[in-house]
Amino acid sequence: MIYRMGAAVLSLVGLFVSAYLYLYKIGRIGALACGAGGCETVQTSVWSRFAGVEVALIGVIGYALLFGVALVGLRPAQAARRWPAQLLAALTGGGVLFTIYLTYLELFVIHAICRWCVGSAAIIVSLFALALLDLRRTA
Amino acid sequence: MAASPIGMNRFYTILGAVAVVGIGLLGYQLSKPATVSIPANVTVQPSDTAGFRGYVKGSDSAAVEITEYADYQCPFCQTFATLQMPTIEERLIKTGRLRWRYRDFPLQQHPYSRIAAHSAACADEQGKFWPQHERIYEGQSEWAASRDGAGIFRRYAREVGLDLAKYDACMSSGKYAGRIQASYEEGARAGVSSTPTLLVGGRLYQGRFDSDAITRLVDSLAPRATSAR
Repeated sequence: MIYRMGAAVLSLVGLFVSAYLYLYKIGRIGALACGAGGCETVQTSVWSRFAGVEVALIGVIGYALLFGVALVGLRPAQAARRWPAQLLAALTGGGVLFTIYLTYLELFVIHAICRWCVGSAAIIVSLFALALLDLRRTA
Repeated sequence: MAASPIGMNRFYTILGAVAVVGIGLLGYQLSKPATVSIPANVTVQPSDTAGFRGYVKGSDSAAVEITEYADYQCPFCQTFATLQMPTIEERLIKTGRLRWRYRDFPLQQHPYSRIAAHSAACADEQGKFWPQHERIYEGQSEWAASRDGAGIFRRYAREVGLDLAKYDACMSSGKYAGRIQASYEEGARAGVSSTPTLLVGGRLYQGRFDSDAITRLVDSLAPRATSAR
């Protein structure tokens, strides 16, 4: 249960990070709090969209989904069930792959690092680890 | 195995605290007056320049085209834009002899140049590049010395009749940062090193110009350009 609790808290944090970046992208926030300014370089590049959708919006949807799955998995009737752990592992596994792709773009294509993106990468990797631990618990 | 009620209570307390802090921070960000910053260290992508070759004024069939590389915060550019361009426009552009192409060349030492260029680009989205462009140059002494250039450009945007919601979204997105940088890089490759610089028939003209000098230049080029067609 502790793993799903952790997943719920972390995915909520990730949801806020993504929402912050998305609000910036749609012009509701003037400038990102980002030290050296790499965030704006990344967020204003053509790579800030994936298949025509804002990457930040994909993050909002993804973290909201993870948050929902983690909360449902915490309900007493689902606590011992394996499916929430499997679903969390599948979703966060996809998230980790997507994060690797985005980090590659930052390092080798855009040549700028967005600290909020690094934060999100750390969150999704941690969520993946929690999902794997939960899978082992419910095996 | 389900968690104990005490464990669940602690979990919901932590979750609630995260939610309150997150919503509070986002709310604070949304309520702040927007500050704008247009990055200079952008990587120019092909889509930044696709189909865009500067802001053009004048007839497509004009015999002569002049490309001006300029910086909104450059005093010489301001003098040229406000004192010489009206005459050039009346005498040469409106008569169909000259086509004018304006390109951004924001100099590093001018902190508001890129924001000004971006403001004009956002006005262009609403078909009002030239009114905003002229208003920015007219007001140079006001905003160049201020601490809130972006706020003053926003006021100009309202004055020239822009939809401010669209303008704000455009400015905050920084979507034209790459295009401005592409214009700068293109100018630098052509040999531009100061502003204003005019590119006429592959030759660069740097320094101060007046409308009479531009008229003489067009007079000297027009027959040659016409016969070359």
